[in-house]
Amino acid sequence: MTDRPTAPPRPPGAAGPPAVELEGIAKKFGVVVALRGISLAIGEGELVCFLGPSGCGKTTLLRIVAGLERQNAGVVRMAGRDVSRLPPAERNYGIVFQSYALFPNLTVARNVAYGLETRRMPRAAIAGRVNELLELVHLAAHRQRYPAQLSGGEQQRVALARALAPSPSLLLLDEPLSALDARVRLALREEIRSLQRRLGVTTIMVTHDQDEALTIADRIVVMNHGVVEQVGTPVEIYTEPSSLFVARFVGQMNLLPATACARAGWARVGAVDLRHRPAAAGAPGTPVVLGIRPEEVSVGPAARGAENELVARVCALQFQGALTRLELALPGEDGTRLDCDVATQVLAALRAAEGVELPVALRPGALRVYPAQG
Amino acid sequence: MVALRAADAPAIPDRTVGHRLHGETVLGWALVALFALFLYLFVLYPMAQVLWRSLLDNGGRFVGAANYVRYVSTPAIAASITNSLTVSGLATVVTVTLAFVYAYALTRTRMRWGGLFRLAAMLPIFAPSLVQGLAFVYLFGNNGMVTRWTGVNVGIYGAKGIVLAEVFYSFPHAMLILIAGLSASDARLYDAAAALGASRLKTFFSVTLPGVKYGLMSACFVVFTLVITDFGAPKVIGGKYSVMATEIYDQVIGQQNFTMGATVSVVLLIPALVAFGVDRLVQRRQYSLISSSARPLVPRPRPVADRLLFAYCALVALAIAAVYLALLVSSLVRRWPYDLTPTLKHYAFDTIGGYAALGNSVYVAALTAVAGTVIVFVGAYLVEKRGTALAAPLYMLSLLPVSIPGMVLGLAYIFVFNAPGSPLNRLYGTLAILVISNLVHYFTVPFLTATGALKQMDAEFEGVSASLGVPFWRTFARVTVPIALPSIVAISMYFFLNAMVTLSAVVFLVAPGTELAAVAVLLMDDAGDTAQAAAMSVLIIAIGLAVRLVYWGLLAGVTRRTQAWTTPHEEGMPA
Repeated sequence: MTDRPTAPPRPPGAAGPPAVELEGIAKKFGVVVALRGISLAIGEGELVCFLGPSGCGKTTLLRIVAGLERQNAGVVRMAGRDVSRLPPAERNYGIVFQSYALFPNLTVARNVAYGLETRRMPRAAIAGRVNELLELVHLAAHRQRYPAQLSGGEQQRVALARALAPSPSLLLLDEPLSALDARVRLALREEIRSLQRRLGVTTIMVTHDQDEALTIADRIVVMNHGVVEQVGTPVEIYTEPSSLFVARFVGQMNLLPATACARAGWARVGAVDLRHRPAAAGAPGTPVVLGIRPEEVSVGPAARGAENELVARVCALQFQGALTRLELALPGEDGTRLDCDVATQVLAALRAAEGVELPVALRPGALRVYPAQG
Repeated sequence: MVALRAADAPAIPDRTVGHRLHGETVLGWALVALFALFLYLFVLYPMAQVLWRSLLDNGGRFVGAANYVRYVSTPAIAASITNSLTVSGLATVVTVTLAFVYAYALTRTRMRWGGLFRLAAMLPIFAPSLVQGLAFVYLFGNNGMVTRWTGVNVGIYGAKGIVLAEVFYSFPHAMLILIAGLSASDARLYDAAAALGASRLKTFFSVTLPGVKYGLMSACFVVFTLVITDFGAPKVIGGKYSVMATEIYDQVIGQQNFTMGATVSVVLLIPALVAFGVDRLVQRRQYSLISSSARPLVPRPRPVADRLLFAYCALVALAIAAVYLALLVSSLVRRWPYDLTPTLKHYAFDTIGGYAALGNSVYVAALTAVAGTVIVFVGAYLVEKRGTALAAPLYMLSLLPVSIPGMVLGLAYIFVFNAPGSPLNRLYGTLAILVISNLVHYFTVPFLTATGALKQMDAEFEGVSASLGVPFWRTFARVTVPIALPSIVAISMYFFLNAMVTLSAVVFLVAPGTELAAVAVLLMDDAGDTAQAAAMSVLIIAIGLAVRLVYWGLLAGVTRRTQAWTTPHEEGMPA
């Protein structure tokens, strides 16, 4: 697999059928609906994250792709072939579970060899392949150890090597990092990313951690309550969240309750009218929500004279290292809260302190608008 | 790349998209079907037969509840219900009280010789229940040793004797449950009680007792069920005091009245089923009692209490040992208690059964251990890991046998395997039917042990294996079985020991040529060959102890081998 040329991931729609294609996948457990008609396509060599809160159906969807769960409706295709009715063994994928599910009574090497031993491969070829994979995940020295003698991160890499050993055309990762502590998680995230790039294997990773999805994925599928909320690159998801749910779930977002004004493109927050991104927000008078990320709020001299300028009072300062978060209250009796991130090194120049009033500006281009219910 | 909203989605069909038929799937289903057939044929169908026969008269005509009416309105038979309840209630209270103090001393004090006391208390597990009865007859019977020495005949035959024998018989079962309950303690609660200035007595009632509440309840149910379904002890020491289990025997063997036997059987099922149902509910709650952050309690020395409890344990252990000693001595002297010249002549077994019966018993026990372990473990695997629609009903059916009294099971097998014209008749009078009845009689506890061991394994082993294209049976053999080996060893030992000592289920099923040792004890005692009965009992106990020793060795070997990759397993099961 290492000799496979590293091709850049191909988004679906480019030459050839998508690596994985889902069409109208629906699943219910008894009366509880887990998935409602999910359709998407994943390109060859792509790393796609299914992102969503727990219970959104992302793991169920992964298990349906794996054939470990049976959908009530819908079609799963792999490289153009309908695999909906194939048992897991005939779908040609590798999977890593949250628990790793390493076989505790087999050594690292035997675990990695597990999927090769039933394939009538010569013994030497199996040994060679096992070595190759253990080198790949930097565990060659641990080949004779048992899983219980490894750290969590090492176990995770063994699971990865075991899944990749039979050279599957698809790699499925079910919350592979969530059982690890923060530092190991960051390192392994990088490792999975580079491994996936190097091997060029199409990968689906389920996660509830938006940081993980944003850093690792080529594209993110944001899910909620059994439906796909948005599909896009990390940058698209972060800068253009298509619904209030995505805006809330991915990254930090100030959400200001507002009312649509008669003037198209304007909404009223408290006592002031603000211009927002040109978008159909709803009939005048209907409640809407305006969204702006803390780092998009300009504050102090930079805000002076800008469009959508307001005066806000500093309620609290929260030192976070490179950035400091200012918790601001907007004018008006309901005192809508607004968070704003400022580089710590310019904080002194701003003279920001509790109780101080500062000019802030909400750039119309950054001010997204969503219907209030959603 | 379409994100469908709920409203746009078409209705979701109830059926899932089936996978194409695959050798593995077919084999999985075939195994599940076999297991279902086994449970149907040997559990559900025989029980249904008993129920049905209790509604017929001896001529085979349907008479509705007439048999039940006759049962409760014939004072001689109806007395067995109240007698059974009285004896079982009394034995339960006495046993659980005695066992609680014993278990408390073993777990919560720094008393010495704990291991020895524990061992002594386990002795009754190796003996058929009627052996306890026999031993008390030797001690307190009309010609008993104590009776002759003191000249006082306590009138052991009857309720008194049954309760005494049952207390000894069920003591280890209660003790094991209570030791488990008392071991699961949280030292932080005791620290809190001490910090709040609670007295020792108050701490006992507000921390210790509530903590072991479910263990106590469980012990009560287990003892009650053991006693009310027991046949051996009341048979040899009950005299004219009839309980339900002996009533079934008398109706069937004595009077050939099968329908009344079936009627009493159905009534005997009720308390056992109730006790089992409540026990399951109680156990479900117990799991949440001790949190994972609990710190185990290390007992502190309390000189006075420790000494008192030591004396108590010594007394109980001596009493148990004395009973078995009486048995051993009476088998080794010429004519107990008149002529105490040592002799081995009672071990010649010149009358009934003899060594052939003992050989049969060992053979049947070994077959039960092997076949039982395979069926139980594979069955538990199919139920737990193959995720079929049949899993829930099969699980329920697997739990049923524990509440079927042995007498009832034996009678049911007569109905099923001794019915004219039935193809199942071939089994009647063979050793196979004895193996099957043992297997079913003792099915539930090993099944729960196996299920527990399987539940501890990662639920995704099967998923990983499927994704790698490895068939499930290969993962079963290479991963599941090796990991569960300590449990598997414990299961086979449980089957072996119980098959060696059981009497109630097999007493209806033995035939010329398939006599068993425990039945031989009963027949020898019936025939007045008490010394030979004692000798046979001694041999049964000796074999049980020897097998137990071998198993300990095996378990140690298994544990040593698996220590490389896992923390040592704990033995999940009594006996």
